[in-house]
Amino acid sequence: MPGVLDPRGPIAAAERLILLDATAIMLVVVVPVIVMTLAFAWWYRAANRRALYRPDWAYSGQIELTVWAIPAMVVLLLGGVGWIASHDLDPGRSLQAGAAPLRIDAVSLDWKWLFIYPDAGVATVDELVVPVGVPLRFELTSATVMNAFFVPQLGSQIYTMPGMTTHLNLLAAGTGDFPGLSSHFSGSGFSDMRFIVRSVSAPQYAAWLARTRSAAPTLDRTSYASLARAGSRSPFSAYGQVTPMLFEQIIEWSAPATAARAQAR
Amino acid sequence: MGKLHWAAIPLDQPLAMAASLTIIVGFLVLFAIVTWKGWWPTLWREWLTSVDHKRIGVMYVLLAFVLLLRGFIDALMMRSQLAIAAGAAPGYLPPEHYDQIFSAHGTIMIFFMAMPFMVGLMNFVVPLQLGVRDVAFPVLNSVSFWLTASGALLVNVSLVIGEFARTGWLAYPPLSELQFSPGVGVDYYLWALQIAGVGTLLAGINLVTTILKVRAPGMSYMRMPVFCWTALASNMLIVAAFPILTATFAMLLLDRYVGMHFFTNDGGGNAMLYFNLIWAWGHPEVYILILPAFGVFSEVIAVFAGKRLFGYRSMVMATLAICVLSFMVWLHHFFTMGAGADVNGFFGIMTMIIAVPTGVKIFSWLFTLYRGRIRFEVPLLWAIGFMVTFVIGGMTGVLMAVPPADFVLHNSLFLVAHFHNVIIGGVLFGGMAGYNYWFPKAFGFTLDRRWGTVSFWCWLVGFYFAFMPLYALGLLGMTRRMQHYADASWQPYLIVAEFGALIILCGIVAMIVQLVVSIRTRDRRRDLSGDPWNGRTLEWSTASPPPTYNFAVLPVVESLDAHWESKHRASQPPAAARAPTDYADIEIPARSANGFVTAVFAVLTGFALVWHVWWVVIAGMTGALLTLLAFGWTPRRDSIVAAGDLASDDIARREMRAGAGGNTPA
Repeated sequence: MPGVLDPRGPIAAAERLILLDATAIMLVVVVPVIVMTLAFAWWYRAANRRALYRPDWAYSGQIELTVWAIPAMVVLLLGGVGWIASHDLDPGRSLQAGAAPLRIDAVSLDWKWLFIYPDAGVATVDELVVPVGVPLRFELTSATVMNAFFVPQLGSQIYTMPGMTTHLNLLAAGTGDFPGLSSHFSGSGFSDMRFIVRSVSAPQYAAWLARTRSAAPTLDRTSYASLARAGSRSPFSAYGQVTPMLFEQIIEWSAPATAARAQAR
Repeated sequence: MGKLHWAAIPLDQPLAMAASLTIIVGFLVLFAIVTWKGWWPTLWREWLTSVDHKRIGVMYVLLAFVLLLRGFIDALMMRSQLAIAAGAAPGYLPPEHYDQIFSAHGTIMIFFMAMPFMVGLMNFVVPLQLGVRDVAFPVLNSVSFWLTASGALLVNVSLVIGEFARTGWLAYPPLSELQFSPGVGVDYYLWALQIAGVGTLLAGINLVTTILKVRAPGMSYMRMPVFCWTALASNMLIVAAFPILTATFAMLLLDRYVGMHFFTNDGGGNAMLYFNLIWAWGHPEVYILILPAFGVFSEVIAVFAGKRLFGYRSMVMATLAICVLSFMVWLHHFFTMGAGADVNGFFGIMTMIIAVPTGVKIFSWLFTLYRGRIRFEVPLLWAIGFMVTFVIGGMTGVLMAVPPADFVLHNSLFLVAHFHNVIIGGVLFGGMAGYNYWFPKAFGFTLDRRWGTVSFWCWLVGFYFAFMPLYALGLLGMTRRMQHYADASWQPYLIVAEFGALIILCGIVAMIVQLVVSIRTRDRRRDLSGDPWNGRTLEWSTASPPPTYNFAVLPVVESLDAHWESKHRASQPPAAARAPTDYADIEIPARSANGFVTAVFAVLTGFALVWHVWWVVIAGMTGALLTLLAFGWTPRRDSIVAAGDLASDDIARREMRAGAGGNTPA
């Protein structure tokens, strides 16, 4: 089942490991606490005359020290794990994987995802085709309200925010189709704001790129305006050419659809 | 009439109309019964205009129960929608309706269920535990309650006239800005919470002042019951945090009403500011709710284990540590904003540190049970259920405090399961424990034990069925606030969750049955001793229900667990038999319609602001101001209970209690 426990890339795999490690560390304390709660409650029930009753016993230096020390030590350990992992798995940190990274500019629209490949000059909607094993370097923004970009099997989600960019680095280690979604509520079409990540081999990627470049229409200011109009459906699923600097215009809020909406107030 | 028009009534939406009709008919039936029985004068004099902290506390809890029903119906509708809306199926609720329901569910459950429940318990119990006659500002207390009730009313009016927000319970911009939410839903949300928020702030000021300045002679800080400590911490958080909420909403209102740009996409606005501000309130809010619940458990576990609370000093320290730390963790609600590794790492560690004092509390309860003599009364069942459930919720919370783990769990159903785990398993279980524990104090008869037990088990089992599948779904990648989903493999989990919600429904029904059965059989279950549980703190040293003045003569406190100690001082006869000799006149603050009248104007003003009916806004505000002035210039007409009457009343009560066999060591 596709999910965060079934990682298909190094980021997601590392995050799953942290998830499981942290859970295991805490279970060492949590399970005994649950067992002790039930055991104490059972043994010291009023009907059990064999149980010791010490109504005024309310202090023990050793126990006090222990009960402060146990959670403190767990937190010390987990805090260390968290601090190191925050740095290792910082979404903005680029991945070293031999191959040169592929840049992708992602835009959340009402209610679909636009992916611009700035180096190849193509763009797709709700479908992200990537070569396997190549680091993916995302720059993300929103042309509407906030959303969040999330592919559970590749790891780390990140907010997309209008007028701003966020950065995310992922890598698909295996081929396959991985579902992605917006994980931050953005209005009535939110539930349909899904996309698919297709991780393909290098030759397949090259073939797809060539096919897309030759066949699909151009994404310029006019076609972007019609794409950005509200609704989950897109007129085209891919664009063979993209007007330069379109992503930057979207960020600056000067691309036509966003600008028009701002003026509509 | 501003934007208000007949079209605002959603005649085309059968579900909304049915719900509205039910509410309206319910109100009419209630009105008819009260009128027919001739209860209006009593209701007005004894309850609506009462400034007695006990009456106000009861009304808070009643408000919480009513809104629990409303919020739970929302929950059932959501669960039913998701149980069927798999694959291509759209379900029965369109997004524009579904989005209102989850927004209303969150808003109501936090602001109008959990908050009044906790504030109500504190209001009722704290002055009694402190051994005093009322809170510091009795009339203000009534105003606070009625402003909270006004907010609750406005949220429910949105069901009948207009719509509610479709933005989620925190109304994040830019979605909540006029550009993306042009309807009145967000305005209802904002004005309801602004009005209720003022009420909460005033209640907080009142209780902080009470605990710091109004205590029985000898009640030093380290002799206060733990519930009073947690109430102090919780109300200090209210005083510190609620102004942030008010200011944040004020900025969003300025954006929406006069075209400012605090959080808009254009004009230099920045939604990240809102995220930071709302969580600078929102995280302390979580502890505002849970700390009083921790206090309830501390009382309940000690009483039903028949034992002093283990590690009182540690408990107090842990409470205050949580109080301070809760202001330093807000960023963990948006690790995925891309703030950078150092910032995320810092807030992750701060969040984990809160788990230390919380863990200490769990261990202290554990060692209070140890070598106790445990009576499995209903309040204790809730406490044990809490201890088992809450550690699981705490664990998943700490898990999400690790930023990279949060990167894959944030906003998923795992998160939804986590916060329901701590809010149901912590706050609601605490509220229910407190309700069952203090009900006999409030009304003089105990709640039915059998139905209370049924209710507890339904809630506990229902909770696990309803929320454990959501943990799994979060790990499978299902995000929150979806109205339908393509992955049909999620459906079985959601059907189990719906089943869990239905078990919880049984728990709620059992709760209502428990109340009805208890009222009908109240003569049999009358508690004349004033101390049905063999209690430890001062509220159990007076009659049930306590007289308006709580204590005929203020108790002199010599130790922690003052009531328990006085019962166990072998050299003296039981306290009930020892009538004091130093009765003095008592001033009782006169009832005041100030709170109720202010609330009427507040509702009017809020409603008119939502619909841009400016002349009503001016009228409403003027009315509220005049009420305030009138109150300020009304001469005090406090009634006096003369020492002689007081003595004869008190002696009669003491004889009754002593005869009932209460106040004796177990």
